[in-house]
Amino acid sequence: MNELIELGLWQLLAAYIFVLVLFVILKIKGIDREKELLISTIRMTLQLTLVGYILIYLFENNHIVWTLLIIIIMQFFAFQNIIKRAKYPLNKRIKQVIIISMSIGTLVSIFYFIIVVVQVSPWYDARYFIPIAGMMIGNAMTGISLGIYRLVEAMNTQKQEIEAALMLGATPKMAAENIIKQAFDAAILPTINSMVGMGIVFLPGMMTGQILAGLSPITAVQYQIAIMLGIVGSVSLTVILFVQLGYKTYFTDRAQLYDSEKL
Amino acid sequence: MVFTLKEVQYKDIINIEKLHIPGRKITCIVGQSGSGKSTLLRLLNHLISYDHGTIIYKNVSLQQIDPIQLRREVIMASQVPTIFAGTVKDNLLIGLKFSEKPFVDDPKLKAVLELVCLNKSLTDNAEQLSGGEKQRLALARVLLLNPEVYLLDEPTSALDSETETKVMGNFIREVQNKQKTLIIVTHSNKLAETCADTIIELKNGRIIDVKEF
Repeated sequence: MNELIELGLWQLLAAYIFVLVLFVILKIKGIDREKELLISTIRMTLQLTLVGYILIYLFENNHIVWTLLIIIIMQFFAFQNIIKRAKYPLNKRIKQVIIISMSIGTLVSIFYFIIVVVQVSPWYDARYFIPIAGMMIGNAMTGISLGIYRLVEAMNTQKQEIEAALMLGATPKMAAENIIKQAFDAAILPTINSMVGMGIVFLPGMMTGQILAGLSPITAVQYQIAIMLGIVGSVSLTVILFVQLGYKTYFTDRAQLYDSEKL
Repeated sequence: MVFTLKEVQYKDIINIEKLHIPGRKITCIVGQSGSGKSTLLRLLNHLISYDHGTIIYKNVSLQQIDPIQLRREVIMASQVPTIFAGTVKDNLLIGLKFSEKPFVDDPKLKAVLELVCLNKSLTDNAEQLSGGEKQRLALARVLLLNPEVYLLDEPTSALDSETETKVMGNFIREVQNKQKTLIIVTHSNKLAETCADTIIELKNGRIIDVKEF
């Protein structure tokens, strides 16, 4: 295998020049996005540089407290992101459901993956724990955001159908059955689609990174398969928990729909 | 009495001091738009809970009855008929599915369509029916459920007078034969006067008149 090419300062600068050219093109063409491009490039650079130094510190100072702290921070930012992305206002009860389903869904998947699949020892080894937790929480966050959109939208627009079903003796679960299925599909489909296209349409980011970093493609593929299965499991578990608990927040304990103004 | 209401208040929409609704009879609730007729039916079906007072169904307070079991005995059809995606047959069977009753065969489904004068095939797309046809399909759906109490909210508002007479005539005969209770909210004085055993008139959420025949 060829020796690993390390990127020096000049090579990185060349990558920035590439974006700079794009910046000039946007300016000439009058496409009003140069500001966003500039801000996001600077933000990405600062964030990744900071993360790089933090990771070096964490890898050298492996400690259970650091690992747990990192996972709490990740969960917190994922939750904030989900709330920010939601197009409809979310009530307090559904926010609690998001926290519960995100925490249980991702933690079960992360620990299963760390302890049973990769068999990391000690389990809190930051080199493994942080990237794996990041991928699982990130994907679960995207899945749950899509699920929320579909669930909240349908529960608001299909009130008449839900009430009609209740009038005929349906349980809340029966009345919301189609909405639950649609929300689950909306949340899980992007993950399924990305699995289908993997290796043919594109090479997944993690695998590409590992190959570029000098790892054997076979090892990279093995990791990619395992992490992809972990992601599917984590997204599915999180979304199942979310939709199964989420629809209940729209019903009272007397199997009535909550008034919209009370939500 | 199938329902007894005592000092029932719901927001500023319903304010009923006392009301008895007899069992195995036909009761029509009349009144102008906004008088609280539909809200009263929704209270009886327990789709909403009253703020004050008591509603008693067969000697038990509504709050002490399992709401799902209550709605399977006291079925309601709303003013705007809800049609679910699928065929006429799907829409008939969905009621049985919701109330966890065994499905019935096609001849029985066709017979119930005849009762409501709906000359449609079981395989027709229900979403393409006209407003009046949808109303009759919704009526057929509740008939199939054979509940103790039928709560119908303006069940014939989209039907012409002749069809209304035929459909409601058949419906009422069926209810009377099975000795069930029927409570209808209606704008149609003709319907109320020809079929009701009791007419309750509401105004601003209060009962202003009760006529018994």
